[in-house]
Amino acid sequence: MVVPVVPDSIAREIVIDAPPERVWAIVTEAQHLAAWFSDDAEVDLRPGGAMLLTWHGHGTYRARVETVEAPHTFAFRWLRRQDAEGSTLVVMTLTPEGASTRLRVVESGFADLEWPEDERARHADENRVGWGVELDELRAYAER
Amino acid sequence: MTQEDADRLWAALGDPMRLRLLDLLLEHGETTASALATALPITRQGVAKHLAVLRRAELVVARRAGREVRFAVREERLDQARRQIAQVAARWDERLVAIKRIAEGG
Repeated sequence: MVVPVVPDSIAREIVIDAPPERVWAIVTEAQHLAAWFSDDAEVDLRPGGAMLLTWHGHGTYRARVETVEAPHTFAFRWLRRQDAEGSTLVVMTLTPEGASTRLRVVESGFADLEWPEDERARHADENRVGWGVELDELRAYAER
Repeated sequence: MTQEDADRLWAALGDPMRLRLLDLLLEHGETTASALATALPITRQGVAKHLAVLRRAELVVARRAGREVRFAVREERLDQARRQIAQVAARWDERLVAIKRIAEGG
């Protein structure tokens, strides 16, 4: 199969003007996760450790920490639905580039997933926050 | 798309043999179950079962042509699945930008 019928994974990356140690703290610490990912977060930062991700109005989702290799690799398996089996694996990789950090995220396992109905709604909610300018900036990064 | 509908779509896609079937159908266009069976390491009955799942998920349509039944992919339905994946990717773009903001914010 040259081009998959439907992709089973997505990959995204961005270059951040901060050292890997700082980016690592932001992607792994509960207080920061609650700023960029969910509304509330709990993390037991060790392989096999539990993560609880809460979105107000949507409930709490469970995840399991898979890989903790500071400050390079953080991976977790995310149960994307409260009432069904099926998870996706998120792998975040931090690579130093001079004084900056390239942060790459790969999420895989979509073909094994049952999809939440509110996916679209939540996406719309997040879009309302409005990252228009930054998204353009991100595209510029992605296209370099 | 309702929950039930999305579940059916993704359950249908969550099987390597069905993905190969869809791939073959996309490559060859409308074709019969027998023709598909010759290209796959499963029986015609096996192909028929997978085609039935794909039809229930509305990923494939069947059309009678004389004595044959010919199957074809509903591309718009595949596009729905691809769009859901694209939404996930777009959400990560937003999250990465948020991480960048926090990290560079001092």
